[in-house]
Amino acid sequence: MPVYYYIFLAVALFSIGVIGVLIRRNAIIIFMCVELMLNAANLLLVAFSKMHHQAAINTNSTAASDAQVFVFFIMVVAAAEVSVGLAIIVMMYRNTHSVDVNFLNRLKN
Amino acid sequence: MNNIVQIVWLIPVLPLIGFLINGLGRNNLSKTLSGLIGTAVILASFLISVYVFLGVKEGNTHLIHYFEFINTGSLNVHFDFQIDQLSSLFLLIITGVGFLIHVYSTSYMHEEPAKDFAKYFAYLNLFVFSMLLLVLGGNYIIMFIGWEGVGLCSYLLIGFWFKNNDYNNAAKKAFIMNRIGDLGFLLAVFWLLSKVGTADYHQVFSQVDKLSAFDISGITLLLFVGATGKSAQIPLYTWLPDAMAGPTPVSALIHAATMVTAGIYMIARSNILFTMAPLTQTVISIVGLLTALIAATIAVKQNDIKKVLAYSTVSQLGYMFVGLGVGAYTGAVFHVMTHAFFKALLFLGAGSVIHAMGGEQDMRNMGGLKKQMRITHITFLLGCLAIAGMPPFSGFFSKDEILAAAFAHNPIIWVGGVVGALLTAFYMFRLYAMTFHGKFRGTHDQEHHLHESPAAITLPLVVLAILAVVGGWIGIPEVLMHGGHRLETFLEPIFANSNQIAVKHELSHATEYALMGVSVGGALIALLFAWKKFSQYEKVEVSETGIGKVMANKWYVDELYDKIIVQPLQSLATFFNEVVEKNIIDGLVNGVGKAVNYGSRQIRLLQSGLVGNYILLMVIGMLVLFIIQLFL
Amino acid sequence: MSVIEIMFWFLSVMALGAAVMVVASKSPVYSILFLILTFFAISGHYILLNAQFLAIVNIIVYAGAIMVLFLFVVMLMNLNAESEPHQKNKWVLYIGGISGGSLLLVIVAALKKTVATTQLVQMNNGEVGLIKNLGIKLFTDYVFPFEISSVLFLSAMIGAVVISKKEG
Repeated sequence: MPVYYYIFLAVALFSIGVIGVLIRRNAIIIFMCVELMLNAANLLLVAFSKMHHQAAINTNSTAASDAQVFVFFIMVVAAAEVSVGLAIIVMMYRNTHSVDVNFLNRLKN
Repeated sequence: MNNIVQIVWLIPVLPLIGFLINGLGRNNLSKTLSGLIGTAVILASFLISVYVFLGVKEGNTHLIHYFEFINTGSLNVHFDFQIDQLSSLFLLIITGVGFLIHVYSTSYMHEEPAKDFAKYFAYLNLFVFSMLLLVLGGNYIIMFIGWEGVGLCSYLLIGFWFKNNDYNNAAKKAFIMNRIGDLGFLLAVFWLLSKVGTADYHQVFSQVDKLSAFDISGITLLLFVGATGKSAQIPLYTWLPDAMAGPTPVSALIHAATMVTAGIYMIARSNILFTMAPLTQTVISIVGLLTALIAATIAVKQNDIKKVLAYSTVSQLGYMFVGLGVGAYTGAVFHVMTHAFFKALLFLGAGSVIHAMGGEQDMRNMGGLKKQMRITHITFLLGCLAIAGMPPFSGFFSKDEILAAAFAHNPIIWVGGVVGALLTAFYMFRLYAMTFHGKFRGTHDQEHHLHESPAAITLPLVVLAILAVVGGWIGIPEVLMHGGHRLETFLEPIFANSNQIAVKHELSHATEYALMGVSVGGALIALLFAWKKFSQYEKVEVSETGIGKVMANKWYVDELYDKIIVQPLQSLATFFNEVVEKNIIDGLVNGVGKAVNYGSRQIRLLQSGLVGNYILLMVIGMLVLFIIQLFL
Repeated sequence: MSVIEIMFWFLSVMALGAAVMVVASKSPVYSILFLILTFFAISGHYILLNAQFLAIVNIIVYAGAIMVLFLFVVMLMNLNAESEPHQKNKWVLYIGGISGGSLLLVIVAALKKTVATTQLVQMNNGEVGLIKNLGIKLFTDYVFPFEISSVLFLSAMIGAVVISKKEG
């Protein structure tokens, strides 16, 4: 497959994530959209990894495996992030009885 | 004679040391000590100058290099001293007359408190230092340092009694007028640097052929503007009469003998440039002649003894410029020298009179002083004869030389010069007669106090009187005595190039005799007329009418300057203050403040605290960056 | 059209459709379920790319652990379509949609012109994504970051506990 199919797919997913972040007010949905964007990036990384692997396959059978390791670490970080993030959202819900991010403007004062 | 090279630096440095000691120690030094220091350093300078002069007379001229003064890119300015005939002659005049005036000052200023006394001598020493630097400098930059230095000292000394606001204004006037001239000088130096790339006399004068006629005319005209400021020529002469606000010895030293001749020195030094610029020479001679005549007419109607002498100085300086303008450089320098003698003598004599009169300067309140002040009277008479151009006094020879050169150049200038000479004789003897003859017209108190001045005052008078009498004998014209003009022979190397270029007009002996006869005869008639009219002067209140009133009011030049320069400038300044400053600039400054204030108030609304808005803005920003990065 | 291509298009449509539904759903629970669907589609892409390790990790960590955590939180808070905060400002909707859409457009338009159009991706083949190869890489070259990530997890765990603990 040409690599730009993957690029477009990833960009489309990413943009949907961005739109979600912009138009939704539910903190959990926004958080999920962030995860969606992360996954779009992951997909792109893997696609590029395979693209470079294709190019270097004759000289090095494990070429471009760094990208996939990198994806692995992104997942690791995402998992950690989610645990903390969800904890914050729970905390916020406990204080405001809402998950509406616009309530957070009370931080202003 | 290598000794000269080794000790020349002492000439200016000694007065500088005197300045530092007197200036820094003015609170601790006694009057005797500060007077002694101030005078001794000048005496030492004078002795060295004599030594240097003797060396130069034997033909030892030097260009002494001390250190790099400015060294940037293609511009190299050396701190050089130039020892040649011209500078050594000026060294003698400055330190010699300067020394006498210092001696005189020790007595004249004796009533000042010790602190001011020391300050006075500090200024005086600083002045001598600056003047020596001006004369010794090996390039225009060093000359400019001295040039500015003497301007500063002139300001300080005119405003010496700074508690009197009129004196302060006079000082400021002198300073500002000088600044106008200095600007011209500075521009000329910049022009020179841009065209020739150096300000060293030697290099400039040797490369003078490379300059276009336009450049030379421009440079010399600008230099002349500088000279008009420093040497009190039209249109910048009005500061000099006002400068009489300073102590009388200062008037004698600065405003008669030395500083005002700086312009003459500068032009004489750059004679080759001026010879190459006929246009400038014409301008100089016209300006010089006009100055000589106008100042002389004003002097006729002045009643303040120092004002008469001041206008007389302006007039004599005009003569020197006429000399420079017609190419008689030697004559101009000669007149500088003789003028230094007799004008210093006259000023010091006037100072002695003022001293005796207890500060009275109005001649209408004097009269009959010859009985009480014998030495002053005789020396003053000699000075008057000298300035009136009576043979065989010094003024005769120098003035005659200039007039002869002027006649050879253009008889019209000569006519103007002779008229000026007649006026000079007239007002000088008016001054003399009103002061020393007739009845005493002052108060009874003053009459009681009349006395001859102490030795410290009369001694310089005597020395200067002798010089005023014999000083001219070094320049006896060829027609009277073969080989009599020793000064010309001495200065020959300086003006050699100019004399080669300029056409030398040789007058027949008969013409020269006739010229001398006319000027001496005319001056004698004027002198006797003045004597007759004023020797029995009675104080009467008559209001001047017609041309006399115009002359008494100094041709209304100050009023004219006030009308055409000061007032328009002030209304312009008021306009700028009212409109530009208050509305535009203040409006701009306050507007910026208000705009920031208002803007922040509005932008603060963006800080809504709504996370969604922040993200939206972030995405839009990213978008813009992407577009710029990828498409533009 | 080969099977791989068919699979690619099918998974792509599924991923995009599910992603749109994530954003569009009223109820958070549906959003989560659609997101899980998206992740499964992405895992399918990983398998197509022969990145077996990542496919499995994606399912286990994301779809399995993280999304279940989301679901758990949503259910804990008892969120549903009625309690969903509505975007009252229509302008925010439009502007958000327009900016997201233009982001897509800009990037696509920019990439159209690049050389990447000619590059191919190795499908269903290659050993780089196999568990063995990545494991070797992970425990040799990347052993230090790997160990550090455990510290990260520990701190995240402590952080989560501290944050969600009742005050006082």
